[in-house]
Amino acid sequence: MSQKHKIEVALWGGLKPFADGNDKVEVEAATTGQMLAAVIKKHPALEDHIEAGVSVAVNGRVIASSLTEPIPEGAEVVIIPQLKGG
Amino acid sequence: MAFDEAKKDFNLIGTRPARPDGIDKVTGRAQFGADKAAPGQLHAAILRSPHAHARIKSIDTSAAEKAKGVKGIVTRADFATGLKGEMWNKLENVMAGEKALYDGHAIAAVAATSALAAKDALKLIKVDFEVLDHVTNVDESMKDGAPVIREGAAGPSTPEGMHPNVVGFYSSGHGDVDAGFADADLVIEDTFTTEATHQGYIEPHACLAQMGKDGKGEVWCCTQGHFNVAKVCGHLLGTEASQIRVTASEIGGGFGGKTEVFIEPVALALAKKTNRPVKLVMSRSEVFRASGPTASASMDIKIGMKKDGTMTAGRGVFRLQGGAFPGAPGTFTAMCAFAPYALENVSQEAYDVMTNRPKQAAYRAPGSPMAAFAVESVVDELCNQLGLDPIEVRLKNASREGSKASFGINWPRIGLVECLEAAKAHPHYSTAIPENGGRGVSCGFWFNHGGETAVSLALAEDGTVSLSVGTPDIGGSRASMCMMAAEELGIKYDDIRTTIADTATLGYNEISHGSRVTYASGLATIEAARDTIKKLCKRAAAKWGIDEDAVYWEDGFAKPSGPNAGEFEPMSLAKIASKMGATGGPIVGHYEATPEGAGVSFAVHIVDAEVDKETGSTSVGRYTVIQDAGKAIHPSYVEGQFQGGAAQGIGWALNEEYIYGEDGRLQNAGFLDYRIPVASDLPMIDTVIVEVPNPGHPYGVRGVGETSICPPLAAIANAVSNAAGVRMKSLPMSPPRILKALDEA
Repeated sequence: MSQKHKIEVALWGGLKPFADGNDKVEVEAATTGQMLAAVIKKHPALEDHIEAGVSVAVNGRVIASSLTEPIPEGAEVVIIPQLKGG
Repeated sequence: MAFDEAKKDFNLIGTRPARPDGIDKVTGRAQFGADKAAPGQLHAAILRSPHAHARIKSIDTSAAEKAKGVKGIVTRADFATGLKGEMWNKLENVMAGEKALYDGHAIAAVAATSALAAKDALKLIKVDFEVLDHVTNVDESMKDGAPVIREGAAGPSTPEGMHPNVVGFYSSGHGDVDAGFADADLVIEDTFTTEATHQGYIEPHACLAQMGKDGKGEVWCCTQGHFNVAKVCGHLLGTEASQIRVTASEIGGGFGGKTEVFIEPVALALAKKTNRPVKLVMSRSEVFRASGPTASASMDIKIGMKKDGTMTAGRGVFRLQGGAFPGAPGTFTAMCAFAPYALENVSQEAYDVMTNRPKQAAYRAPGSPMAAFAVESVVDELCNQLGLDPIEVRLKNASREGSKASFGINWPRIGLVECLEAAKAHPHYSTAIPENGGRGVSCGFWFNHGGETAVSLALAEDGTVSLSVGTPDIGGSRASMCMMAAEELGIKYDDIRTTIADTATLGYNEISHGSRVTYASGLATIEAARDTIKKLCKRAAAKWGIDEDAVYWEDGFAKPSGPNAGEFEPMSLAKIASKMGATGGPIVGHYEATPEGAGVSFAVHIVDAEVDKETGSTSVGRYTVIQDAGKAIHPSYVEGQFQGGAAQGIGWALNEEYIYGEDGRLQNAGFLDYRIPVASDLPMIDTVIVEVPNPGHPYGVRGVGETSICPPLAAIANAVSNAAGVRMKSLPMSPPRILKALDEA
């Protein structure tokens, strides 16, 4: 597994109140799962939202649910609502 | 998973072989949900609430239990207790608890020796209701004083101070929207509404269930996701999913509506109680009243534009009702609304609102079509007032690789610009608009999905292949799977047989939803075939006495990789398979993963429509669908998906709606009063397949099943508005609504 590195994680606007008013969170992680755990550790009020289900976009690629996807250094990372379809 | 370069040279992919299930379908040999029978089976019927909102004070089943032929009755007391969250909501919808929450909500169910005896027995069940005030309109449901559907249902995102019926909230955006509006030459702001519609699948929900005293159950049903049926039934019956084996029947349409579970737990509960197999088939009326229609929507849109067509800002507020439970797809509505546009300033908010209606279900790209209707109507009006070409304006503002999406990501490689260019170049767009007619254009967007997937591919001694997938075939996927397996293995399409395996045969497979099957099961099929090829090469290497790395696979044959490997006659798949028992045993390839590379998809629709201003009726004269498929595996099926989405969109735009009376009861629970388009309502729907490969699939596939329903509401509304000379802001644009709009203009 690759080394953890600094990641700037963007949140959707509705999550700001649960991240002390921030729309971005800086954490150290190497995978999507590590990143989400680190975000919760930094802002525990986000736990309910993240546990209810979120997806993560890494460099524009939407990762619906996997916690093991690697996040490259310098990647654009955005937490978005969990996706499904009809 | 990313594939650096999509495969480009194909033998079979992109051709149009006959569908493998075609003969079964046209001869009646295909078995649908209601076709399955078991010795000694009982027939079930469900008692449903006649009230939109009522407290259930008591249920007396004593008289019904004594009726001739009745073998068992279940109520909520026969299901699991202690459930929470999503599974509690599912149980509450499958069988009412303390309150009936909508007209048609299940109250009790009877199993009897005939369907007639079961229905007759329903009349003997006495329910003491305390009728409560109800609300079925999304805007009314958010107001102070509206009847409360259920206290405490709001999710963690819901802002404080909202009415208890508001159970979810989403907001996102970037830039300075007010500054963007100030920078515009023209700003248009308006409110739009859409009504709930039904997917209108031909086959009502049907199942056969049995459950022995050993606690092991079996279900045969029409569903988009039989693994999910097992999971939900396990929870609702208080057992494990692994104890319930579910087999998916053929399916007579789903479109998202069969991603939900309605009757299978009821049939299982009755089977458990009676120790007999139980068959349960919904009537069409029950399908309308108690399955899952779409959400309805109320939406405020504001967009600013410069005289040259540059969009300076967009704002949307979306209120969606999803019936008596959380889950309306407002979040997706908001995320899709401005997705086609690279806006520097954008904001969107969405509210998930409960009403006394059946729980909404997905209907192809849930939430997206109504968003496109609202946003694309305003874009069209801006173009009209500024005298600009609607496709040029869309091209000028189009999302493209690297631009920032309205919901925060930077787009990867996407095909919107290619779709718009194809639309501009299409003969339809340069043809004169018919006299008294109008032309409408719209973009549409959907995300698409991957999801848990497992596939197994087994060789037979005769050299044919049995491919087992776990995603019900709702749109021709067996043909696509056969093609992809045959392409990889280098054998004939007809030598592959694809079966939808039951839940005890494969690892968990997510529902056939999110336009994921050709993408995810297709990717898994390709990888399973590649796994098989490795094993075939190994057998050939052993036979030749060379290293397996010195063998490669080409066009259905194992071959030595070069002169150094030795000179051997290429060995066919059939030859290796014929001796596999003696050379190491059965050869089976498999693949299990959660593919996370589903590429998003955009579409552009062009519509010509004429409006009779005396009667208010609309006729759609010409229709063209242009959509990015990434790579079309079987173009006929892709075109079929394009046309199907457009046809359903025509119904949604022009006629279809759930109509509730003052009493909160559904007034049009049948196809006589709920009018879906028939053949004479539809024009020839032309299609253009755009192929911008998805790097997340080895062949470049993007899902196509859902995006096709995103643009039609807007494209048709723009055509009708331009033909009528008045902006249509509410769907459906049925004759009374058009006449009213003309009167008020």
